[in-house]
Amino acid sequence: MATEITLEVARYRPGVDSEPVMQSYQVPLREHWAILDGLTYVKDHLDGTLSFRWSCRMGICGSCGMTVNGEPQLSCATFLTDYAPGPIRVEPLHNFPVVRDLVVDIDDFMTKLPKVKPWVVREVQSPVEEGEYLQTPEELDEYQQFSMCINCMLCYSACPVYSLEPDFLGPAAIALAQRYNLDSRDEGADERRDVLSSPEGVWACTFVGECSAVCPKGVDPAGAIQRYKLTAATQSIKELLMPRISRRLNSRSQG
Amino acid sequence: MNHRRSSPEPLLWMLFSSGGMVAALMVPILLFLFGIAFPVGLLSAPSHAHLYAVLHNPLTRLVLFGLCALALFHWAHRFRYTLYDGLQLKRYAVPIVVLCYGGAVVGCVIAAGLLLTV
Amino acid sequence: MSVYQRPVHLLWWLERRAYVLFVLRELSSVFVAWFVVFLLLLVNAVSDGTASYQRFLDWSGQWWVVAINVVAMLFVLLHVVTWFGLAPRAMAIKVRGRRVPAQQIVAAHYLAWLVLSAAVAWLVLR
Ligand code: SF4
Ligand code: FES
Repeated sequence: MATEITLEVARYRPGVDSEPVMQSYQVPLREHWAILDGLTYVKDHLDGTLSFRWSCRMGICGSCGMTVNGEPQLSCATFLTDYAPGPIRVEPLHNFPVVRDLVVDIDDFMTKLPKVKPWVVREVQSPVEEGEYLQTPEELDEYQQFSMCINCMLCYSACPVYSLEPDFLGPAAIALAQRYNLDSRDEGADERRDVLSSPEGVWACTFVGECSAVCPKGVDPAGAIQRYKLTAATQSIKELLMPRISRRLNSRSQG
Repeated sequence: MNHRRSSPEPLLWMLFSSGGMVAALMVPILLFLFGIAFPVGLLSAPSHAHLYAVLHNPLTRLVLFGLCALALFHWAHRFRYTLYDGLQLKRYAVPIVVLCYGGAVVGCVIAAGLLLTV
Repeated sequence: MSVYQRPVHLLWWLERRAYVLFVLRELSSVFVAWFVVFLLLLVNAVSDGTASYQRFLDWSGQWWVVAINVVAMLFVLLHVVTWFGLAPRAMAIKVRGRRVPAQQIVAAHYLAWLVLSAAVAWLVLR
């Protein structure tokens, strides 16, 4: 087996380049090296100016998302040997403004996320002395899948609706809203509904499904969105048919 | 924030989904029989008298009307978003909406007219 | 601060196979609409009498009508496969407090499909 592999890395220097240019580097092809290790090698030995984000190196922090040979990937969980003999094209995540080299600006997501109130909402907080809000394993099962999200943004990068319509709330934010909507301890579904059921919310989604295909944590945001569509549509139709009763029901919790 | 009360999106999506379901369940067999099997002689076409009798049953006509109406709204919704996203025509949203859902409504009226006068 | 924004191509869906499949799936709706037109032509012909029914049969036997219907059939089958395949992700069905596994939901859809198709075929061919 070859002992080296070529990384073609997108370089973008703000104020200097008008668009990214590809630059090739030869890095050692080691069995346990991820793309991220290759990039670190470049930074340490070949070119200290290369910029990229990472932290945990074990698929947990969600900061190392990049486009590898056209596919959104966690660069710490994607191995060089899987792409041998190369070359491997490494670009920043699509659908986000590129700040520098492989670093993208995720402010858009950071402003959208709090809009869906991704925390347990209670109408009345019970006092601490009463202890925890208890939950059965079955109740945990309802939302656990959606709680695995690491905010890595791979799903946004794979979503064509997000690229065409930047106002779209997007896969992870909606999946996280569902993570709380489906939590037996939560009472915030009605508060989230205005945002989720707006035209920029679930209705913009056309179930392309690529968000779920690229998600490294098996969250299935596309499924979360469709499930919410069904919930929201059923609710609206009920309200249309019997406005008084359902409003009273809706003031209590829903999901 | 009151848009959700007035938004037609949930209702349109419900029609789209129901249409997708009935289309998936019923279109293949009907299209296979009348569009392929009878025309190419794979199976011999039923007699006029038989089809006329089947069509005369109000239940058949009701089912066919439901199929046509929902399938048309299924098309309208999907095609609208295909034009929005696939061809990036969202700036023409108004004419697209009129064409798609308007077309579906017109189709429903025609279907009702034809099925009532069998 | 200057940032780089990647432009979106007009035909962006050619960039990935999954996107192409998605657009084909969405286009299946056009053939669903075509089927409605075809069905209504048939209904109209049958209600107009034996002669016009015969004319419909002759017309639907022309090569280009058959060609359209064969293509339509392929698209409709794509619709069936994708629709049933995605169904369990859009609905969480519970029986006696337990989530029904995805494969069972898909299987139930295909079963309903077979039963309905058989019923329709029986009604038409009887
Ligand atoms: S849903 Fe999956 S792909 Fe999207 S941010 Fe969360 S972990 Fe990443
Ligand atoms: S570095 Fe943390 S997920 Fe890759």
